[in-house]
Amino acid sequence: MCAWRRLHGSVQTLRGSVTRGSVASTSVTQRQPGWGGGLPSHQSLSTGGALRNDFFKDLEAQLAAMRQKAMDALPGSSWTPFEINPNLPPETADIVIVGGGVVGWSIAYWLKQKEKLSKGMRVLVVERDPTYSQASTVLSAGGIRQQFSLLENIHLSLASADFMRNINEHLSVVNEDPVDLQFNQSGYLFLASEEVAHIMEQNYNTQRMSGAKVSLLSQHQLKEKFPWINTEGVVLASYGLENEGWFDPWTLLNAFRRKAISLGVIQCFGEVTNFKYTTHVRMTADDEQMDVRRIKSVKVQMPNSMEYQPVECAIVVNAAGAFSGRLAETLGIGLGPKDSLAGIPVPVEPRKRYVYVVHCPDGPGLDTPFLIDYSGVYFRREGLGGNYICGISPEEAEEPDTSNLDVDHQFFEDKVWPKLANRVPAFEKLKVTSAWAGFYDYNTFDQNGIIGLHPLINNMYFATGFSGHGLQHSPAVGRAVAELILDGEFQTLDLKGFSFRRILAQEPMLERNIV
Amino acid sequence: MSAPLLSFHRCCQRSALLLVARRRWSSSSAAPGSLLSRCLLFLAKRYYDVEMLLNWRAKVGRDRLQRKNLYYGYTRKFYGPEIASAYYILSLGGGFRFVGQSEWFRANSRGKFSWEFLNYKDSLVEEVDMSHTVINYTGLSNLERQQHLRTLKLQGCPEVDDWFLAGLHMFQDSLEELDISHCTQITAGGLAALRNLRGLKRLNVSYLPKISSPGLVIILLEEMLPHCQITAEGYDLSLRQAVEETS
Repeated sequence: MCAWRRLHGSVQTLRGSVTRGSVASTSVTQRQPGWGGGLPSHQSLSTGGALRNDFFKDLEAQLAAMRQKAMDALPGSSWTPFEINPNLPPETADIVIVGGGVVGWSIAYWLKQKEKLSKGMRVLVVERDPTYSQASTVLSAGGIRQQFSLLENIHLSLASADFMRNINEHLSVVNEDPVDLQFNQSGYLFLASEEVAHIMEQNYNTQRMSGAKVSLLSQHQLKEKFPWINTEGVVLASYGLENEGWFDPWTLLNAFRRKAISLGVIQCFGEVTNFKYTTHVRMTADDEQMDVRRIKSVKVQMPNSMEYQPVECAIVVNAAGAFSGRLAETLGIGLGPKDSLAGIPVPVEPRKRYVYVVHCPDGPGLDTPFLIDYSGVYFRREGLGGNYICGISPEEAEEPDTSNLDVDHQFFEDKVWPKLANRVPAFEKLKVTSAWAGFYDYNTFDQNGIIGLHPLINNMYFATGFSGHGLQHSPAVGRAVAELILDGEFQTLDLKGFSFRRILAQEPMLERNIV
Repeated sequence: MSAPLLSFHRCCQRSALLLVARRRWSSSSAAPGSLLSRCLLFLAKRYYDVEMLLNWRAKVGRDRLQRKNLYYGYTRKFYGPEIASAYYILSLGGGFRFVGQSEWFRANSRGKFSWEFLNYKDSLVEEVDMSHTVINYTGLSNLERQQHLRTLKLQGCPEVDDWFLAGLHMFQDSLEELDISHCTQITAGGLAALRNLRGLKRLNVSYLPKISSPGLVIILLEEMLPHCQITAEGYDLSLRQAVEETS
């Protein structure tokens, strides 16, 4: 019994000698010679010592509280007698960006980057979901390519790749870690069958003339370069040599967010539910009535609460991604008579796309590009352990339900696996380890972005509808929208082709893809 | 008797600690720098002017680097691409060797070099040694159209990163030897960019700190470049960890 207590005592002294900073244990060890004579006991039998312990702990807490009270009483502290919810946005702002995805934060960063007077304007970014659980940005496969057919898309991708190459020049913050996008420089590989080979050749010429580094491979060269591909049916392949690959979208989003907040952008988590606007009635040349609206304030509803804050603003930017069409409807776009301007809705709606993570031990190695087959199936390498990400765009008639983000695993077995195994024989033996689904902000009109003002709303800028290319174009689109807002016109890249005019005149700007 | 006094002493020390301003370490794992840099960072968190000064200092450093790596357009126009590349290599402190010659043209330690290379107007550059220089992606544009470049040594270049490796595709037919050891910014994603250099015979990827699993990356590189001899030293490839897990 005594030996047991002695053992305990020695452990206590050991612990006391190790944790020198903790006063409690040292005071216990200090007291031992004065107390039980020669008997080391870990349990003090008197209450006098315990009170003294509490007194010191209370003293610590009381001193901290006094210090806090003193700091609050001094001028410069933010103490008020009224209880205000600190999560509410400010009552006024100059520019409100609806949507905190990568496009929204890119616009916020570029606005602050280009402003002439530091702290000259108040920019507020309103994001509905702090966990980003349904945001298209974080659920994206994260690829960037220059292999488009439209000049605007090629230039947007080239500018965004330039931005990402010098990302620390743009987005580094003093005393914070540098940004590491984990960019895999593996390139994209498009495979074309005989019917679409001529389209691929034309696109190749356009891309080369714009400065994209792409090369064409014949069937034989393809087999030589990538022996793991089954080249049956492939006549031509287009392979990106530089500025193409994939990266981590969450890192890019957080880099934009961190830099924008360090430049003074205000972040708010809430949902924009309503607008207050004034209406002017204008007569068009055909003596038709046109209601032109001007947004005066934005109603931001706090999450899971009845609280809301109306934010008076001068300019609103709609970067809400897949839900921008719904936001535009609250302003009345698309709800007018069918044959008028007000009757044409913003053609952006969410479309669900599945991404499956598979593991294949015998799959292609480090040089695996982002392969896109003419049948529509795509896959890319993920990490170094033999994992791959794959998927396919479903047919128009078989679009999945967009009310949730549940994954249909039967879709993989029916649609993805057969085509994948046909193109890469090693993928006949694979195992699906994980899957997720994400929304495209799908432009039902021509699957290309919409950038610019709407003719019926004086101060709402749209930057949405990129249909799967929003992430790779986000740095350049952010700069373009900032130029549009601050300079009134595009300065570096001419994106007038992406304005609303083409939708109202019903002239689609389609990509001539091989898929 | 002494015990209460000692406890009181401890209490005073603790309260003194409360009133002293707490030091906030930065989130990065880098060791804190000199006293001056720590003071500057402390002030930068509290004053906009100091933050602006630090940003300006970083920008000046970057501009200096960019000026060194500018595109030598004039030289290219008047003397041709080979002389322009040669001049660029020498002004950055590197060395090169022409095709058919055995002597190297180098700058000495003070940056001075002889202008003899101007005599060889039509010679092509075969080997380039730019170890420990500040060459970066924009500087690589000065080396384009060197279709006979066989050896490129970039040991210890701090500005060579993944994007630089992707830009090496312009030498895909001719490059046979590449040395990128000790380059601190290269990661596995950049090594995937070496897939285009199908003619590569010797590759040195030793001492790259940012490669997370070096053994696996080396095996994947060997699979990707089957005719290439890969040198990879400076990595701890021992199996000690795996043995501990199984036992």
